[in-house]
Amino acid sequence: MDSKTLMYILKRIVLAVVTIWAVITITFFVMKAVPGDPFASEKAVTPAARAALEAKYGLDKPIFEQYLNYLTGALHFDFGPSLKLRGRDVTAIIFDGMKTSARLGLTALVIATVTGIILGAVAALRRNSIIDKIIMVLTTAFVSMPSFIMGTLLLILFAIHLKVLPANGATEGGLILPVITLSLYPMAYITRLTRSSMLDVLGQDYIRTAKAKGVSERNIIIKHALKNSLIPVITYFGPELAYIVTGSLVVEQIFAVPGVGRYFVSSITGRDYPLIMGTTIVLASLIVVMNLLSDIMYKIVDPRINLE
Amino acid sequence: MANAEKSPFSLQVDLDDFLPASNEEKEYMVQMRPSSTFFRDGCKRLYKNKVAFISLIVIVFITLACLIIPSFWPYSYEQQLGVQPGKPVDASFLNLAPMEYSRSELARIEAGESVFPHLFGTDAAGRDYFIRIVYGTRISLMVGFFASIIVLVVGLTLGSIAGFMGGKVDLVIMRIVDIIYSLPDMLMVILLAAVLRETIGTSLEGTPLARIGANIISLFVIFALLYWCSMARLIRGQILSLREQEYVLASQATGAGAGWIIKKHLIPNSMSVIIISTALQIPSAIFTESFLSFIGLGVNAPMPSLGSLASDALNGITSYSYRLVIPAIVISLIVLSLNLFGDGLRDAFDPKLNK
Repeated sequence: MDSKTLMYILKRIVLAVVTIWAVITITFFVMKAVPGDPFASEKAVTPAARAALEAKYGLDKPIFEQYLNYLTGALHFDFGPSLKLRGRDVTAIIFDGMKTSARLGLTALVIATVTGIILGAVAALRRNSIIDKIIMVLTTAFVSMPSFIMGTLLLILFAIHLKVLPANGATEGGLILPVITLSLYPMAYITRLTRSSMLDVLGQDYIRTAKAKGVSERNIIIKHALKNSLIPVITYFGPELAYIVTGSLVVEQIFAVPGVGRYFVSSITGRDYPLIMGTTIVLASLIVVMNLLSDIMYKIVDPRINLE
Repeated sequence: MANAEKSPFSLQVDLDDFLPASNEEKEYMVQMRPSSTFFRDGCKRLYKNKVAFISLIVIVFITLACLIIPSFWPYSYEQQLGVQPGKPVDASFLNLAPMEYSRSELARIEAGESVFPHLFGTDAAGRDYFIRIVYGTRISLMVGFFASIIVLVVGLTLGSIAGFMGGKVDLVIMRIVDIIYSLPDMLMVILLAAVLRETIGTSLEGTPLARIGANIISLFVIFALLYWCSMARLIRGQILSLREQEYVLASQATGAGAGWIIKKHLIPNSMSVIIISTALQIPSAIFTESFLSFIGLGVNAPMPSLGSLASDALNGITSYSYRLVIPAIVISLIVLSLNLFGDGLRDAFDPKLNK
């Protein structure tokens, strides 16, 4: 790694830190801008009780001090108590839901990436064949379908009409449909990405050289073509994770999966502000960090690339 | 000297070269067809691209349909057919299957009256589902269109300021772009939508904007705040690269002013890129709107949007799954054809990007 790459990585890390800070700041002040206070929904709070509550949550302090407190809390993963789920800390709720969500998200991520690469490579190697055309038509359709529609259509087909898979995400095998729903879009995207970059690579001079040297077709595909055509796929890891995180918000809702996404959506409708803030910050940081990693990986894998 | 062989090195003028042109020679100079302009070339390429052309037809068809149909359709999107003033609610209007009639309508048909059919049946509140789909499509298209115009205006302004001013202004704008760009957009959209609904909802009351609903307005605000980045980046890049082109230098050398260069070189050359990315912004806005509607942050009831129709259909999914399938198909069709058309536009009008 030369100094230029290191400089780049450093710059990206600084940008990521600034972004996470921006997320925390925006969420904090945006939430403070909401009219009324968090206790407005309580039934007839006496002024004394309200003052006590405000003192307990530090809401009587000047706003800037509250902000600093929240910022230091957020750095320690302390987002305060939830307003609606009594007696539970936002952090505990998030980590609780994260177990299921992470399982769902990671499985979808792996499945989408692996099948996407395989399908993309097959489509590129059999260019213009009937297989290629079928793959391209299907992926175009998947890319144009919002995840909530995909999810509900799968739900209707497999859980209601065919009755082969459970509709409830909390039951045995219940994560199968959510995983499929979440992985279809990124899979289609990766397929198209791999196909076009593979076609690009297959036209390169070094592939012809390898062929002329008498390297077997299998070796050419695996060692030269596939390896090089995976570089653009790396950059997609960040956006892919972002898609899966936001997609899981609705997918968990549809299939009743007890994950972070469901808490997030229900916290919005229930106006549980600390929970909204906490989940936004955690999920956003996750996406920012993943984007950072995939950009750095990209730069290391192919130092020729100038990302400026 | 008529038959004399001329020496190839002779410097004497060849008189044959000065004869008037024969008719045959004149034909070379006739313009076979008028010279084509860039725009006409692009249209021709677009016309030849079957996929893009069919997508355009689909988009035009859907747009016209949702503009025209409400004007003659006998039902309105908010009219609960079973509810009539002074009478008890006629429950036979609720949850009609496609092409089914309610009891009172059947009686009217018996009496020889013709009753307009409910093409897609009615929903749980007894509203004609077909017209709700039509209105939903209208709202979704409208949101997509206006959101991209907003993105275009904000992006164009800030991008050209950054590109023209350069220096510190450019630096500040581009750092803001960097940060907004790396914010996870969907999460921020949800957060802002949840909050804006509360903050601007009350101040809207009584104004004409109230009809559109706070959620849709916050959606526009969000697009204006968050989605201008890629447009601004694009326009700044265009300006920076076009400014360095030799033909700009050439026209500067021949004394052209800034206004001339902007009018004759910068705008025509960046036009296609701007139009294409605006066109591709529409499906993404429709996507966002339907997503927000689905999690309950979209249009205000009783106004439908494709996302909220799909979301409402979730409640009766076991018995009335077609109510979800129809908006699903419409959304996918719109997004798919807009995407394919945008790709076609790009191929036709921006040969550079194609490489």
